[in-house]
Amino acid sequence: MEGMVYAQPKALTPSRKDVLVLTPWLAPIIWEGTFNIDILNEQFRLQNTTVGLTVFAIKKYVVFLKLFLETAEQHFMVGHKVIYYVFTDRPADVPQVPLGAGRKLVVLTVRNYTRWQDVSMHRMEMISRFSEQRFLHEVDYLVCADVDMKFSDHVGVEILSALFGTLHPGFYSSSREAFTYERRPKSQAYIPRDEGDFYYMGAFFGGSVVEVYRLTKACHQAMVEDKANGIEAVWHDESHLNKYLLYHKPTKVLSPEYMWDQQLLGWPSIMKKLRYVAVPKNHQAIRN
Amino acid sequence: MYQPLNLTIGVTVFAVGKYTCFIRPFLESAEKFFMRGYQVHYYLFTHDPAAVPKVPLGPGRLLSIIPIQGHSQWEEISMRRMETISKLIAKRAHQEVDYLFCLDVDMVFRNPWGPETLGDLVAAIHPGYFAVSRQQFPYERRQVSAAFVAYNEGDFYYGGAVFGGRVARVYEFTRGCHTAILADKANGIMAAWQEESHLNRRFIWHKPSTVLSPEYLWDDRKPQPPSLKLIRFSTVDKDTSWLRS
Repeated sequence: MEGMVYAQPKALTPSRKDVLVLTPWLAPIIWEGTFNIDILNEQFRLQNTTVGLTVFAIKKYVVFLKLFLETAEQHFMVGHKVIYYVFTDRPADVPQVPLGAGRKLVVLTVRNYTRWQDVSMHRMEMISRFSEQRFLHEVDYLVCADVDMKFSDHVGVEILSALFGTLHPGFYSSSREAFTYERRPKSQAYIPRDEGDFYYMGAFFGGSVVEVYRLTKACHQAMVEDKANGIEAVWHDESHLNKYLLYHKPTKVLSPEYMWDQQLLGWPSIMKKLRYVAVPKNHQAIRN
Repeated sequence: MYQPLNLTIGVTVFAVGKYTCFIRPFLESAEKFFMRGYQVHYYLFTHDPAAVPKVPLGPGRLLSIIPIQGHSQWEEISMRRMETISKLIAKRAHQEVDYLFCLDVDMVFRNPWGPETLGDLVAAIHPGYFAVSRQQFPYERRQVSAAFVAYNEGDFYYGGAVFGGRVARVYEFTRGCHTAILADKANGIMAAWQEESHLNRRFIWHKPSTVLSPEYLWDDRKPQPPSLKLIRFSTVDKDTSWLRS
């Protein structure tokens, strides 16, 4: 911060007037305009921060890796140390993508599941297991992302904090009664209609290794409990993520800039940047 | 969400010379408004322990009276606070509290001050400068001082009357300020607003994780602007020249 020159923050001028930038529990909601990336980069570089990015490419989903990694190289945590953790059942199909300085890729071979719902849900188990065994010693923060996406604009250290979730782009303006939480009391993911802060997307969450470990372990245990009781939550791991973040509030919330689908939702003026977006895919073909 | 953590919040406050008259209103109002429902430990530094009034404290709330040297010059008393706080932390506070706030004594709590204020490193915006450009902030502007801030630097002007955070962070912060104060002393210079100048210099480089609005540090002589919904901690009306004589 020595000698850094930047515009003065004004105590009486909000950075955004059109959106909520702070949750009621005082966690920042990250939108373009709310942060100065130069200050944040300096703060995180001083800590020599290393960020881990977990991504699962099971069965046919390996086809998404190339674009995911290439765009991550352009936009994700540029200037900081990054380790990509690619979980796959097809290590030979992991593409060779040239990586910038201070960035490396680790392939973690794991089993697949027949049902796509099981592939999705078992990510929680695998992340929790590897967090304890490995991630704790290698990175400071973990970002857990879906692979069938690409980075289209800056995604940087502004997202990093103890625990973060991302607003689902389909529900950021909905009432909580309309959130697709699990509504059957029999499930561990159950949330009653008068509760809930936001509807978070299962495709992008993270935090410190310890907090991600706690979250993924809790979600996995909840899913095991549900299975024993013969129930599967309506949106699988996403339902359990939402339950967890309701009672363990995130310390930062990412706006839908960080999770968008341009085909479905266009580009509304409230989104100053579209940073991490869905890649068009044929659901039937890919989930077989 | 903070209550289940069973936290203890420390408060340092200095009452030297005639400032002992502020102890009762400070403590009585703190008992009413400061961190209700939490364990609180007041560390009251004074040259005259006998002058400390008996103020009843709620359950889980303690007062430690710590004798310190008086000084003929009020500036000297003010400047030594950083050193005194860091020594307190090293000696005992690091074991006794989780968070520590360092507050001026000539103030009263008028509304709740709660866990919303807890953070790793906490600063409060000075009530006189929140609507003003950084060029007008009363930073120390002489380059020879360790508290020097250039005209194109600065985020907010923070008040020296309120700062705090996790006890380890407050230790680093007060040590850093004290080192800078000593550097200035060796060069025969005293910063424009004493330790407030050094505090402000340090907060540019080591940015606070939590910034309190002027609700938490108000000057009752100012008219209350519409942006200020609630005043929680503010000055006691006083005759400064008499107090400092």
